[in-house]
Amino acid sequence: MNFDPFIIPFNLGLYFILLFAVARSVIWFRELSRPDKLRLQRGFFGRAFGQSLKEIFMESLIHRKILKSNFRLGYMHMSLAFGWFLLILFGTIEADIFGEKHLNPPHKAIFFKFFNPDHGKAGFEAAYGFLMDLILAFILSGLFLAVLKRFTSKAAVGMKKTTKLKILDKVALTSLWLIFPSRLIAESLTSGAYGTGSFLTGSLGSLFATFLPAREAAYPFWWLYSLSLGTFFVLLPLTRYMHIPTELFLIFMRNSGIRTGDRAGTFSEVEVHSCSSCGMCIDQCQMSFSAGIHTIQSAYLLKAIRNNNETHDIAHNCLMCGRCDQICPVGIELSPIRMIQRRTGENDTAYTNVWKGYLRQRQNNVHQKTVPSNSYSFVPAADPGRTDVLYFAGCMTHLTPSIKDAMVKILDASGLKWSFMDKDGGVCCGRPLMLAGQDREARELININSEIIWKSGAKTLVTSCPICYKIFRESYYLDVEVLHHSQFIKNCIDEGLVKMNYLHRRVTYHTPCELGRGSGVYNEPKAVLKHVANLELTSFEDEKSLCCGGSLGNMLLDQRDRRRIASDAAAELTRTNPDCLATACPLCKKTFASVSGTRVADLAELAAEALVTTSSKKKPSRIKGAIRESARII
Amino acid sequence: MAGSASEKFGFTVSKARVIDYDANDKAVINHILEKEPSLRLCIECGGCSATCTTGNFTSFSLREIHILLKRGENNHVREKIKKCMLCGKCILVCPRGVNTRNVVFLAKQAFQKHSINEL
Repeated sequence: MNFDPFIIPFNLGLYFILLFAVARSVIWFRELSRPDKLRLQRGFFGRAFGQSLKEIFMESLIHRKILKSNFRLGYMHMSLAFGWFLLILFGTIEADIFGEKHLNPPHKAIFFKFFNPDHGKAGFEAAYGFLMDLILAFILSGLFLAVLKRFTSKAAVGMKKTTKLKILDKVALTSLWLIFPSRLIAESLTSGAYGTGSFLTGSLGSLFATFLPAREAAYPFWWLYSLSLGTFFVLLPLTRYMHIPTELFLIFMRNSGIRTGDRAGTFSEVEVHSCSSCGMCIDQCQMSFSAGIHTIQSAYLLKAIRNNNETHDIAHNCLMCGRCDQICPVGIELSPIRMIQRRTGENDTAYTNVWKGYLRQRQNNVHQKTVPSNSYSFVPAADPGRTDVLYFAGCMTHLTPSIKDAMVKILDASGLKWSFMDKDGGVCCGRPLMLAGQDREARELININSEIIWKSGAKTLVTSCPICYKIFRESYYLDVEVLHHSQFIKNCIDEGLVKMNYLHRRVTYHTPCELGRGSGVYNEPKAVLKHVANLELTSFEDEKSLCCGGSLGNMLLDQRDRRRIASDAAAELTRTNPDCLATACPLCKKTFASVSGTRVADLAELAAEALVTTSSKKKPSRIKGAIRESARII
Repeated sequence: MAGSASEKFGFTVSKARVIDYDANDKAVINHILEKEPSLRLCIECGGCSATCTTGNFTSFSLREIHILLKRGENNHVREKIKKCMLCGKCILVCPRGVNTRNVVFLAKQAFQKHSINEL
């Protein structure tokens, strides 16, 4: 027996999805830029290939990252993905060694029991049957968790919120859920009729056989099994389940060294389709758990892009803190994708929809700004003197003068030749405009500032504001060393330029988003704080740090919600009742100061307080001398 | 230069300064108020103008822009608004919690569109 009409839906679905995957991959590959094409080719025939295979196994099948952060949720994903993989793998091997001939068509393996109902009576065959039952039980346990998560309690898998689904997703989800129970019942009934099967299918089968005509009853369930498989495969490109094939492509591309960049292209499109809407970014988002906004998280942004929906409000209503980038189990670069979405105007088609355009070229409507004129020509040409170290306070630091004064004190004490770039208030660094998606205007400000820095001949640029620090490092093409003041102070301490007292104060440190996750500066601020005070750890260190809520990344969030985020974060950070909540960002300081009872200070202020000034060191001797001199006169 | 001395002294006949509300276009301000209702809280205190980074260099004033927009005198705003650097200091000083940055962002967007009909 080799054929039965019920295998048709499965085969149709399978060949459709295989053809689709090939066509989509070819289109995506063709649309890659030339350097990226070369990278991918090199990666495919190089070491990246092995890395990718390992990553596919660890992440796509085992779901290591989710297991680490949330075991039950990880188990749920693992049992479905890895379990299904094992079922297919061992099913194929089973069909290969126990079937009449080798190299069978896929349906022979999937519906093996139907075509070989006598199989598995004793010996090795029975042991193999036990293994297959074990795998099926593994999948069903995960499925049980999934159903529980969707319908009754998200807490069962340790989640607070899960993604809302569109109707097609629901149909696909139902067909996915039906696959495994229908297989179980179909196999059990067939086993019951022939007296085969192991602990699961065998015992369930003999139970069914007591009150059912098992052989006849099995047939509709084999149909159901095939139909749900077929439906799932056909719906796959239109739903979030597209992530299953796309993620493999993404892993290969990423390991070959391709990055999102700042324009929509194949890679960002692959990333958008690789999102499984698992919803881990929702629980991670402070706008969700502090401000109660559950519609703008990255999963929803990617979903809106996939479905060609309006994304303007979602894209702009985000603090850009980068917490979701950290947690994303697929490793999608969520913040760069959001920035792309902000840059392209509303009329732009940044991505193609799989349905509307999966066999046609992406439309490249270049967004045309109607104002090519210069917006900031009013800024007078500055003439800074030649100097070694240039200090740029930034707009926010001018609003918190104590940080500025502290830095002036430290810079003076360091004995370096330095000058104040924006002493009387300079031009903005351009990052706020960039965060608003207005790159052309930002570039103008970058040019103005670059000219000043270039004219000064400085070798080091020190800034007090992480927002400025990020853009100086990433988007200014300058031949200077850019330092955040925490790095500068640490260098000064290390090189012995300044001496610090110990303050005997308990402090906790809040990592600013733009400095920590945004620029990867975690250790220097902590080193400075450890040097001058007693640094206590919170449960939100480094990558896990919170956002203060004051972020310029968000254009739409109102003050009430900002305050809620800020007070929640401040409460968490001052849980141990420290003497001082230290941070390294004027904006964070300003935001926290208005909601926290604890003193909030920038680490520069603490360092300036602890500073042993050379004048005070010399003072005693000078006083002594003065006394001696005056004594001589008398 | 006839009469230059008196002109400097400020004794010329000033131009008619009539605000013609019928001729003015409220589409922009209505669009902004709809998207950013917190602007209604503004008490015209001028804190935003006082702290403004751009205001440090020019006569740019968010308070003035707000008043002009409210009157519907969009032509005066069209060029001025481009000077804003969106640095966000004004949000931090606003005593009423107006999301000033979004106000400028929305106004910029509105003027970038070819015609107001698109709003």
